[in-house]
Amino acid sequence: MTTARYILTFAAAVCLVCAVLVSGSAVALRDLQAANAEQERQRNVLFAAGLADPGEELSEADMAERFAAVRAVVVDLETGEELPEVDPASVDPLVEAGITDSSRAAPENLARIRRVERRSVVYLVEAEGALDAVVLPVRGQGLWSVLYGYLALDADLDTVRGLTFYEHKETPGLGGEVDNPNWKALWPGRRVFGTAGEPIIEVARAAAGPVAEDPHRVDGLAGATMTSRGVTNLLRFWLAENGFGPFLARLAGEAGG
Amino acid sequence: MATETRRILMDPLIHNNPIALQVLGICSALAVTTGMQTSVVMSAAVVAVIALSNLSVSLLRNMIPTNIRIIVQLTIIASLVIVTDQILKAYVYEISKQLSVFVGLIITNCIIMGRAEAFAMQNPPLKSLMDGIGNGLGYAAILLVVGAAREVFGAGTFWGIPVLPLASEGGWFTPNGLMSLSPGAFFVIGFLIWILRTFRPEQNEAE
Repeated sequence: MTTARYILTFAAAVCLVCAVLVSGSAVALRDLQAANAEQERQRNVLFAAGLADPGEELSEADMAERFAAVRAVVVDLETGEELPEVDPASVDPLVEAGITDSSRAAPENLARIRRVERRSVVYLVEAEGALDAVVLPVRGQGLWSVLYGYLALDADLDTVRGLTFYEHKETPGLGGEVDNPNWKALWPGRRVFGTAGEPIIEVARAAAGPVAEDPHRVDGLAGATMTSRGVTNLLRFWLAENGFGPFLARLAGEAGG
Repeated sequence: MATETRRILMDPLIHNNPIALQVLGICSALAVTTGMQTSVVMSAAVVAVIALSNLSVSLLRNMIPTNIRIIVQLTIIASLVIVTDQILKAYVYEISKQLSVFVGLIITNCIIMGRAEAFAMQNPPLKSLMDGIGNGLGYAAILLVVGAAREVFGAGTFWGIPVLPLASEGGWFTPNGLMSLSPGAFFVIGFLIWILRTFRPEQNEAE
């Protein structure tokens, strides 16, 4: 009794109803989700800078209080100069990286970043008027997805304060362990630059030594070779001349003289 | 009729539990039961999805062409799961991050499709709804027990509140790291099934 026409009509009707349901909920909840994602990003700035503990729950008031010590600054990536006239809230580097006018093509790189934004937003943590830490946004290809995170460096611009990722789609339990607090705890104290000033920080293929003996390497993630390599590549990219190299050089010059 | 509805609702809790007796839905039961909060949210998500999928499949049961019934069921379940995932991301963002892919994987949870195909295709809407809620609660019951056991023995906390004083903080309790890992869930579920079958020998499979 079921004709092909009936089957096709029924299938189309089910698809239509389901599509309306799914897209309706996606549109209705988009603003709330975007607000959550933005809060998560800001919370990660604090985590990287060591101003909050990873498991800690922060109310909006807590966040505002801790952000008092943090100054967001718009930076021209090519020159490394600050752009004090630009409001950091008006700049979304990830959006600008996708627009031809506000970005430049990246040379071929292992982090598989195609375009780099011309200006980015970094966070300077200040204590008693002096620079205490600098938080840099980083991103790069892992296994399945681009990892988005923050790397915080101490005032010597070499020692890692913290590394955290706020968005990625790596395999839970394997590459997803980049979120594991125990792994993140291996980062503070490591040094990113070699003697010649080039970034040599590396996620090792196996266990790395303690900070004092093996300052440039961090334990690899078991079962997640590609994600581990991705973290190495993305850190080296953003610390070098096409990323925050010029900015860090200028900052170091200022501090030194 | 009332007793039958009651039976449909209560049966899957202990007598015919989808995890303990039918051993379905184990994957997510292992993955999300590291703590109470994730277990509760996951349970709520599964109860909602299974109840609504049973209800909608049952409402459509006389219209669904037999030769495409599985794909129709799957479309309904997948849509419900996506909506649930969106709601979790909007209202309980932290926990939805911890649940990661396992909310999406509710689509492939055998309990849900099993109930749609085995029960909702043959029974009227109200009964199917009850069957869905019952099976969801049966899944939830196991998740909550396992989640509680793993959180208490694996981290010394319950719902994030310390209940056993940790040795690292001057107390006497050393957390059992195995409990936080997936094998811990295997052991707890195994023990639960053992206990259940000791008291209800009729659940033992024939030799």
